[in-house]
This record gives sequence, structure tokens and C-alpha cells, in this order.
Amino acid sequence: MREITFSEATLEAMAEEMERDERVFVMGEDIARQGGIFGQFKGLPARFGTDRVKDTPISETAIVGAGVGAALAGMRPVVDMHFADFIGVAMDEVFNQMAKIRYMFGGQTTVPVVLRAPDGIIRSAAAQHSQCIEAWMLHIPGLKVVIPSNPADAKGLLKAAIRDDNPVIYFEHKALFAKKGPVPEGDHLTPIGKANVVKEGTDVTIISYSLTMAKALNAAEKLAEEGLKAEVIDLRTISPIDTETIYKSVQKTNRLVIVHEAVKTGGVGAEIASLVAEEMMDYLDAPIVRLGMKYVPIPFSPALESLVLPTVDDIVQSVKRIVG
Amino acid sequence: MDVNKYNQETILKFYKEMFRIRTFDNMAAKLFSQGFLAGNIHTCVGQEATAVGTCQALKPGDFITATHRGHGQCLAKGGDPKLMMAELFGKASGYCGGKGGSMHIADIGLGILGANGIVGAGIPLAAGSALASRIKGTDEVSVCFFGDGSSNQGTFHESLNMASAWKLPVVFVCENNLYAVSVSFQRVSNVEYIADRAVAYGIPGAIVDGNDVFAVYEAVEQAVERARAGEGPTLIECRTYRQRGHYEGDPMVYRSKEEMAGWKMRCPITLLRSELLRIYPACDVKLLHIEAEVSKEIEEAVDFAKNAPYPEKGDVLTDVYAMDNKRCVCR
Repeated sequence: MREITFSEATLEAMAEEMERDERVFVMGEDIARQGGIFGQFKGLPARFGTDRVKDTPISETAIVGAGVGAALAGMRPVVDMHFADFIGVAMDEVFNQMAKIRYMFGGQTTVPVVLRAPDGIIRSAAAQHSQCIEAWMLHIPGLKVVIPSNPADAKGLLKAAIRDDNPVIYFEHKALFAKKGPVPEGDHLTPIGKANVVKEGTDVTIISYSLTMAKALNAAEKLAEEGLKAEVIDLRTISPIDTETIYKSVQKTNRLVIVHEAVKTGGVGAEIASLVAEEMMDYLDAPIVRLGMKYVPIPFSPALESLVLPTVDDIVQSVKRIVG
Repeated sequence: MDVNKYNQETILKFYKEMFRIRTFDNMAAKLFSQGFLAGNIHTCVGQEATAVGTCQALKPGDFITATHRGHGQCLAKGGDPKLMMAELFGKASGYCGGKGGSMHIADIGLGILGANGIVGAGIPLAAGSALASRIKGTDEVSVCFFGDGSSNQGTFHESLNMASAWKLPVVFVCENNLYAVSVSFQRVSNVEYIADRAVAYGIPGAIVDGNDVFAVYEAVEQAVERARAGEGPTLIECRTYRQRGHYEGDPMVYRSKEEMAGWKMRCPITLLRSELLRIYPACDVKLLHIEAEVSKEIEEAVDFAKNAPYPEKGDVLTDVYAMDNKRCVCR
């Protein structure tokens, strides 16, 4: 299969969906003239015109609100948030409007908006340009939340998000944009709500997603060298969580480690740990381990930034602690 | 008020629309005081002319976004009083199946993109529906209703800037009823008129007597024409007054009896009625007939709402997500 970058995969998804459905359009800061800060929109204005690929003012509140209004009027907007951190500026539009409108209106309408939210730590962007905020979104009924870890899922999940009739927050790690991987051509869809068992194993389940998947897989390799077989699950969708795949794996391995880049406290790992504790207690042979970012704003200095995230070794040591 | 250029039929039509809103909201207030309605009721008694004057200038396919004080705006755009009343009662037959209540009435089919519980939140939504019309190439116009309080929200400034920059077909209709809950506009703003803010966005701003339904109609008609012609948004400030409290039961310590009495003298419905009778003295019978007809319509809406079923227990979990509601079932 041909290999393309994560960024190219999202671009392909956008172009295919805009070609397929003229109700799809995209707006955001610096996406048309500049092609997006990661090049993820390059060439779209020439193909689809600047009415459907719109540069906006730096007005996150108005952009997201207008996305919701356009959806109510029959369009399928994709709104690029530039950085996931900037969702905070438009939080009312996210949690009081797009997430609730369908329910508040008694199911009269759908709100097919996709928010593209580049997240995660990259090159000392510091506390307001590096965050992973998927757990916030998980807490809000009415939203779907997806988070690919590789180019194929980047394409498949973006296409699925655009076709979904619900508001979807699409997190894309900034450090993944340049990563290459095999991506199917044409209509490749990754189902929302379905986790992916990337590596099968019997001794422990490691759940991760996004950029941190690479660490999880690396840790699994190291564990294999010591004779431990880890099952590694790429969650892919944060909401709704694929409990079926998680429970099945825990029933098999009886041990669970969850690792993500977002702050550990109140994170996605906490939700998964709670679910498993509620439903799968009898299958657990050891305490569940959560690994996540330290409970601090993300520091600027490379000397400090490198200290806040869980490492491959943290994952390996955690597994060793609960196995045997 | 100058209604001479309008024929009797038109004036009666405007009057009927206004009287329906007044009757609906007075009824809602009464039902609330009698304990029939949960939550809160924000009536628009005294502000009927802005809703009617505006919506009479619109076509059925046009969009509006309404406010938390939105019963009048929804009725004026064609909202069904039966479905609205049932929603106030929290009944399954209501517009939102009882899930929204007074502050979230919507009829997407009629272009009513919802009332809103968040002050100023409808403004970017209206810019968005206008953007949709622009991209689709239709001639629909979006009207955004909002209050003086909203004009101090970021949504107002961001949306007016963006809509102006893109020349979107949207009309911003401010119902300035002088108070944001209890705080008068003067106390929290350094400009006297909200319409003056249009200058900052390079669009026309108009100040109209919001209690003169035809003054509102004419201003909005002109703005709608401009919007449909692709010339962009207009900001219209309708100076009006809510005769009842912010909510039912509001002690209204923030305004004087004299001020309230003064505005009652300028009640938009009384004004139009007396103007009509001055020009067409013989239409008093027609007026009484209209009033009786509307009163009956609202009585029927109340009967409908009272007799409608409440939502079923299972309804609590539906409509969170489209298509796959099983996904929203609590884990």
C-alpha cells in the first residue's frame, strides 16, 4: 500500500468528502491562503473555491457558532480550531450549543459539525498551545470525540466524522502530521466508536491512543523481550468509548494499564478504569494502572517539558509491577 | 406612528399577530402563577411590535434565531401556539417533546433555529445560517433577535465583524428593552445607542421606535432587501420596554413605577389599536372579532397542552445523538 503522511491523509479525506457532498465546507484561521499551519488544507481553495474553504477572522466564538448555525441551515461544516487549546474561547458554542441543540429541540435537527483540533506537545509550544483536552469533551453528552494515531485512521476517522450527523471533535496530534504510514486509497472509513486491537497478547492490556500509541507499542516490544505478552489497544474513539473491546481484552489478560498524554487526573484513563472496576472487577488480578501527564500546566523549557509525560520505561515498569 | 399608507387589512393583520403574542404571554404568566408551568417564564409583554414588525418583512424560507424572551419571536415567524404551549407544560406534544421548555423552542421547518438560554448565543448562529445561504446560493435571509444585554457579549462583536467582512445576508435586530435583567444599558456601556456600534463594522445602523410596529417593519424590510441583494448586514436597534419582570415574580426593584407607567402609555398594542380606530372608526367590530378569535385560539392551545401526555420515561435518553441513540444509554 502507498504511504503518505498523516497530514496528507487528512487532506485526502477533506477533498474526497467535499467532492462527494457539496454541503461540506471548511473554515478556520489561516487555512485558505496559507493552507493551514501544518499544510493540512493545501490546494483545497483552488479545487473548491474560497466560499467552501474560508479564512476566518481570529474569532473562535463566532466561527464555531457560525458552524453550528450553518449546520442547522443544512450544511455540514468542518471548523478548524488551529490549536485544540483555542476551543476554550468557543466553549459556550461547543458545550451549550452544538452538543445540546439536538436534545433541547427534541430531536428536530441534527448538528453535523466537525471541529478539527490539533493537540499535544510539540517543540516547546508551552502551556496554551500544547494541551490534550479530550477528557473535557468526553464529559459532555451530545459530542462524539475521535483521536487517530496513524495516517490510515486519520483519513478514515475524518471521513466518518464528516459523514456523522452528530457534532464530532476530531483531535489530531501536532507531532503526527509529518508521520508517514500506509493509507488505503478511495473510500476508507474508520468506524466511530470502535477501538483497534493493534497487538494481541495475554498478560496485560495496554490502552492508549494518539501519539502515545507509539510509546505503548514500544513498551510492548520491550516487554516481549522479557517474555511478557502485552495486548495493545488503540482506543481511536474517546466518545463513545468502545467498552466491548476493552472488556473482552481485560477478560483475557486480567490486567490493565492505560496511558495517555493528557493530564492523568480526571482523564480518559480514569473513566476507563472506573468502567472496568465497575463491570470487570472479578476478572482483575491486579490494580489498574493509569499513566498520564503530571498535574501541571505544560512548561516551556525543553529541560522541563521532557519531564511531564509518561515514558516508555514508565509503561514497562508499571506492567512489571502488576504482572507476576 | 404613521399608518396612513397601510390599508385596513394590513393593519389588522399586524394587530392580530401582536395581539396573539400578548394573549399567549399573558396566559403563560397566568399559568405560571397558578403552578401549571415548571421552570421560568420570560414574557415579552410590551415588546410585541419588534417581533411582528420584523417577521412581517420576512419570507417563509428565511431564518430567525430567537432569545430567552422568544415566545413572541417564534409566534411571529409562524410558530404554532399549541405546540409552544405544550412545550411550556413540558409535554410530549410540545415542540421539543418537553426537553427544551420555554427557552429552547424551535421549529427548524419554519426557519426558527431556536430560542436560546445563553445571552447572545444566537448571534453567531444567525451568521452561520446566513453563511449557509451564501454558500448554497439561495436568497434566504437570517434575522438575529437579541437584547441590549447581548450587545455587550463577545458573540455580538465577533459576529458583526465576521458577517460584515463577508457581507452575509443577515439582519441584526436588537430589542433594546433598556434592562439586561436588572442593569440598565447606560450603567454598563459608554455609548448611548447600540446602533452606533454599526459604525465599527462599516454597516448601516438604525434606531427605530420599537413600539411602532410599522417603523420596525419598514426598517427591517429595507435591511432585508439590502441583505438579499448581497450588500451585507444591518444593525437595527428597536427601542422598546418589557412591561413585566425579567421573569415572572421579578420584584423589579431596579425601575420606578413612574417609568413603567410612562412606557405603558406607549404600549405598542394600545397605540396601534387607537391609531386604527382613529383612521377606520368602523372597524371596531372587526377588532373585537379578531380579539375573540385569538383568545379562543390561545384557550385551545392551553386545553391542548393540559390534555397532552407527558414524555415517557424512555424518552429521557433519546435524541442525545442522531441515528444511534443506543450509544447514549447510560453505562
